[in-house]
Amino acid sequence: MRSPRPRFARPSLVVTAALALAAVAGCGGGSSTTGGGSAAAPGGGAFTPPKIEALKSLGPGEGQVNLVAWAGYAEDGSNDPKVDWVHPFEKATGCTVNTKTAGTSDEMVNLMKTGEYDAVSASGDASLRLIASGTVAPVNTDLVPNYKDVFEGLKLKPWNSVNGVAYGIPHGRGANLLMWRTDTVKQAPDSWGVVFDPNSPYKGKVTAYDSPIYIADAALYLMSAKPELGIKDPYALDDKQLQAAVDLLKQQKQNIGEYWSDYTKAVQSFKSGDTVVGTTWQVIANLVEADKAPVKTTLPKEGSTGWSDTWMVAAKAKHPNCAYKWLDWIISPKANAQVAEWFGEAPSNAKACEQTSDKSFCDTYHATDEEYFSKVHYWTTPIAQCLDGRTDVKCTDYSEWTRAWTEIKG
Amino acid sequence: MTTLTTTAASPGMRRRAASFLHRHGGVRLSLLLSAPLAWLGLAYLGALAALFVTAFWSTDVFTGDVVKVFTWANFTDLVTGEVYRTVALRSIGVAAAVTLIDLVVAFPMAFAMAKLASPRAQRWLVIAVLTPLWASYLVKAYAWRVMLSSDGVLGWGYGLTATVVTLSYLWLPYMILPIYAGLERLPNSLLDAAGDLGARGWRTFRTVVWPLTFPAAVAGSIFTFSLSLGDYITVKIVGGKTQLIGNVVYDNIGAANNLPFAAAVATVPVVIMLVYLAAVRRTGALENL
Repeated sequence: MRSPRPRFARPSLVVTAALALAAVAGCGGGSSTTGGGSAAAPGGGAFTPPKIEALKSLGPGEGQVNLVAWAGYAEDGSNDPKVDWVHPFEKATGCTVNTKTAGTSDEMVNLMKTGEYDAVSASGDASLRLIASGTVAPVNTDLVPNYKDVFEGLKLKPWNSVNGVAYGIPHGRGANLLMWRTDTVKQAPDSWGVVFDPNSPYKGKVTAYDSPIYIADAALYLMSAKPELGIKDPYALDDKQLQAAVDLLKQQKQNIGEYWSDYTKAVQSFKSGDTVVGTTWQVIANLVEADKAPVKTTLPKEGSTGWSDTWMVAAKAKHPNCAYKWLDWIISPKANAQVAEWFGEAPSNAKACEQTSDKSFCDTYHATDEEYFSKVHYWTTPIAQCLDGRTDVKCTDYSEWTRAWTEIKG
Repeated sequence: MTTLTTTAASPGMRRRAASFLHRHGGVRLSLLLSAPLAWLGLAYLGALAALFVTAFWSTDVFTGDVVKVFTWANFTDLVTGEVYRTVALRSIGVAAAVTLIDLVVAFPMAFAMAKLASPRAQRWLVIAVLTPLWASYLVKAYAWRVMLSSDGVLGWGYGLTATVVTLSYLWLPYMILPIYAGLERLPNSLLDAAGDLGARGWRTFRTVVWPLTFPAAVAGSIFTFSLSLGDYITVKIVGGKTQLIGNVVYDNIGAANNLPFAAAVATVPVVIMLVYLAAVRRTGALENL
C-alpha cells in the first residue's frame, strides 16, 4: 500500500494533521453561487484585484524555481525513493526545485509575501487573499498545455479565479464520506442524519473527525435539517448558527465511541467493529476494504465537506518560466497521477487516470464524477468576515471554532 | 624535538592548573556548575519564562500573528470557562489514579526485587523492568489500543479507564526503580528486628518499611503524576472521546494557531505540579531523598 496522504500520515505527530486539515482546501461552498471569500474581499468575486499582467509567452528556464507547497505535493524521493516527481522534472526542464513546505495557510501567505518564491500550492482560504493583495499574478493558461485536460468542474472556480480570469492551476480534490459497516448497519444510510440522530441504534459506535473543522460537517447537515437557521455556507457561521452546530455536536457526543484524527486509528476501529458508522476519507475506506472488513461509503444527500488546492504563480516571480513549467508538470498526466496516489485524492487532470499504478484509482476517487463533486463544500478556514457574503453580521473565526470544539468534547 | 617540549610542557601546565583549582575552591565549583546552570537557566527556566510571557499576549484574528500587548484575556477565559475546569480536574484525576495504581503494583514488585531475589536474579529483574522503556511509546500505546479494542484480548473498549490503564503501564518503570532503590538501602536487619519483636507482615510494613521508603515512593509519584498530567497522545489513541489538558493545549496551538491561549492552558499543569511539590515538601519526603 502506498503511504496515503503523508500530510496526515504520522500517527501522533498529529500536529501536522490538524493543521493541514484546517488549511488544506478550497474555498467554501462548492456549489454555492456566493463562492469563497477572504478577509480582503468578503463575498469573493465581487472585488477588483490589482492589475497584474499574466505572462505573455514562455522563455527559456531560469535554472531553478522556488516553491511553497504542502507536504507531499513536491516529493523528491526523500520520503520514499519510489515517490519522486521532482527529479524527473529537473531532468526534463533543467529547473532545480527548491521546496519550502508550509504548515498552515497563514504561513503560505507570509512566505509568498517575502517575494522569494515563484509558485505556491494555495488552499482556498489563502488563494483569494493572495490575489487581493497582488501577491500572485493571473495565470496564462495557454502557456500550461496540460490545462486543457483539467476537469471542467475545477476550472474558473471562486477560489482560483476572479471575474473569469484564472489565477491558478487546480491540483486535485477529495471529499469526506459517510462510511458504515454493512454487517451492523443493515439499512444503507443516505444522510448524515445517521451520525447525528439522538436515538441512534449505534450508540457508542459512531465516529467523528477530531478537529474543529468538523463543526462544518454539523453546519452542513443543519443547512437541510434546520433551514430556518439560514446557513448558506458551512464555513460562514454567525454566533447563533455556530451555537446550533455546537449543540448538535454535543448531542452527537452521546453516541460517539471515539473521535479519530489519524487515519490509521480510523482504519483499525472500523476493522474491529468498534466503530460502525461515521465520517471518513476514501483512502481509509480502501484500507479497511483491503482488510476484508464489510464497509460501504456514500456521499450523503446533504453533500459533504472536502478539499481542493490550486497552484499559483507569484506576481514578482524571479523564475516565472520555470514556475510555469512546474505548473504544467504537476498537472501532467504522469506526475498528477503520482501526486494523487501518494496523497490519496482525485487528480485534476483527466488523463492522469490512465497513468495511475492502480487502474481503478480514478473510479475509486470519483475523479471524473462532476455530479459527485458538485455536492462537495471544499474546506476553508472560517474567518470573522462572513465567507457567504453577509456583511450585517460578524462570523465566527477558527479560534472560536477551536474553543467550541474543546467545549463539545467537554 | 617539538614533541618533546609539548609533552614536557603539558604535564607542567596540568599540574599548575590542578594546583590552582585546588587552592581556589570557588573557581573549581563554578567550573563544574557552569554547564548545568546554563542549561537550567537558559534552556529550562528560559523556556518556562517564555511560555509564561506568551500567555499574556493574544493573536490577531485576521492575520493570525501574535500581538505582543499585555492582556489578561486568556486567563479570564481559562478561569471562567467551565469546560477548562472540568478538563483540569479530569486530568488531575487521571494522574492521581495512574500514580495510585503504579504505587500498588510497583511496591510488591520492587520489594520482591530488593529483598527476595538473589543478586543474580536482581540484575535480570532490573533489566526486565527497563526493557519496555526501549520500545517506542507509540508502539506500546497502539499495542494497548489493539488489546483494548472489542475484538482484542481484553476488549474493554476505549475511554477514560483505558487511558488510565495504558498510562499506568507506560509509567510503571518510573515508579518501580525509585522504590527498588529505596528498599535496597533498607537494612535487612531492621526487618529481622521487627520480626524478632513480634511484628507480623502488615505491621512491619506499616511501621518499618513504609516510613523508610516513603521518600522513594514520593520520588516515583512525581514521575508518574507529572508524566500523566502532560500526556495527550495516549488519550488520543485509547481515550475514545475524552480529552485532557494536553489535548486542549495541542488543539489551540496546532489547529487554531493560538499560541498565547495554548500557553495560558499550559500553565495549568505547571501550577498543579508546583502545588503537588509544595505538598510533598511539607511531608518532609524531599529532605530524605
